[in-house]
Amino acid sequence: MKLNDLLNHVGGWIKGSGPNSDIVISSRIRLARNLARVPFPHWAKKEELEEVSRLAKSAFEQTEPLQGNLFLILEELDSIDKQFLVERHLMSNEHAIRSSQKALLVNEDENVAIMVNEEDHLRIQAMESGFDLDATWNAVNAIDNRLSELLPYAFKKDWGYLTACPTNTGTGMRGSVMLHLPALVMSRQINRVLEAIAKLSFTTRGLYGEGTQASGNFFQISNQVSLGQKEEEILGNIKGVIRQIIEQEQKAREALLAEHREMLEDRIWRSYGTLKNAHIITSNETVELLSMLRVGNDLGIVKDVERGLINELFILTQPAHLQKLENKKLSSNERDVKRAQIIRDKLLH
Amino acid sequence: MLCNLCNKNQATVHLTEIVDEQMSELHLCDDCARKKSMEMEQQFGLSDLLAGLVDYGKQISGTDKGAVPAQCGFCNLTYEDFRKIGRLGCSECYTSFSKYLGPLLKRIHGAIQHLGKTPAHYVEPVPVKMTKATKQMDAAELKERLQAVIEREEFEEAAKLRDMIKELEAKPRDPEKKKKGTAKKDEA
Ligand SMILES: [Zn+2]
Ligand SMILES: [Zn+2]
Repeated sequence: MKLNDLLNHVGGWIKGSGPNSDIVISSRIRLARNLARVPFPHWAKKEELEEVSRLAKSAFEQTEPLQGNLFLILEELDSIDKQFLVERHLMSNEHAIRSSQKALLVNEDENVAIMVNEEDHLRIQAMESGFDLDATWNAVNAIDNRLSELLPYAFKKDWGYLTACPTNTGTGMRGSVMLHLPALVMSRQINRVLEAIAKLSFTTRGLYGEGTQASGNFFQISNQVSLGQKEEEILGNIKGVIRQIIEQEQKAREALLAEHREMLEDRIWRSYGTLKNAHIITSNETVELLSMLRVGNDLGIVKDVERGLINELFILTQPAHLQKLENKKLSSNERDVKRAQIIRDKLLH
Repeated sequence: MLCNLCNKNQATVHLTEIVDEQMSELHLCDDCARKKSMEMEQQFGLSDLLAGLVDYGKQISGTDKGAVPAQCGFCNLTYEDFRKIGRLGCSECYTSFSKYLGPLLKRIHGAIQHLGKTPAHYVEPVPVKMTKATKQMDAAELKERLQAVIEREEFEEAAKLRDMIKELEAKPRDPEKKKKGTAKKDEA
């Protein structure tokens, strides 16, 4: 398996299936792990990090679900390839920006990704399409169990897994659910919802499209506390909060349909029309319009396009993806043209 | 809700920061969030937005500096470094700076006892306090240690010490009597 093979499909976590996939894009869990008595990446020497990377690679090769997976040494990649991996949500921006002695493992379905020498020695991530934290936990937990047999994890009985930043100490776990909440945004209820979530010590972030541009309808909700609760308990709390948000978004969608059907249908069909006909389109406009097309599809208003395809377009229309598809560097203007062309091709078949 | 930085645009990005050991929420508009994340990226990267703003242990460090090593003996990171960069240097820093980290973890997480999973083959290291020297200590010395351990919120250690004290106080301290006791047992 090579990096360019990823271009031929989109990751399993964005295929648009799974529980509540009309509102929930994906579920992801990451575990922060470090090796005992080896300085954390920001404080380690070059040779120490190389040793971590070597030990990690060898452990991955002895871990059944990871065998034969793509193992990328980031210094060997050009900036477009690194950006491409960030756009696919396989690694962080930080991992791309300062890539010395860093590595990334990705499995074929792109539902497992392990960053080596990011903020912690290992950041083990699993992700699934839709609202399925249980399946995600089972996947990441199994890998972590096996790796803990092979690597000397930094662990203290009272404080749990020891991480570079004390905000991750304990379980080292962050569970995140990415939500599409257009009706709560349109009906101006979103701030009330987000304020309530913040009080329960969950973090909300927008989903970033091109570069660091935010799009208003996507929200990623994560736990903030990682110490003092069992993993299942933390995930249970996230599930409880997410269930409530899903319910509120459903209600807001019903209310919009009942009270402003024409306005909503108009926005959806105009979005679809623009996507099918535009010849120049920015990344920002694309995210806004695809968001409307997606809700049109969720509500059964637009029937001739699949949710999986809409999800795929969110990924494919990002800058590094466009440049990899075109196999050359593109200016911002050239990207806007190429983006419009790909969207037309995909939507008109 | 308006952006906390420019007070003009709608806030769409919501972050939680820790400043002076206080949790606070930061609500930013797209533009300000981007500016902020770009600033941070140059220094650390986006994921450090939280860590970069942390200023740990301001109040504690002034009072009893002498009691806690200013530097980790394993990786040489100083507590001052940690306060600047918001990250520890290695796993041993958790022991070196445990006096500061206990209260800090409590503030961040609201708890200081890990209840989650344990790595495979994990063996609890033999605690320093269970060595021969400790066993020969008398109850008064142990009580002193217990006090210190409770202050550090090392509750598990405290429980062990408490058991040892109980045991010592129950047994007669005279070695002669002890010998007799053992002898009797052997005879029986
Ligand atoms: Zn602003
Ligand atoms: Zn250290």
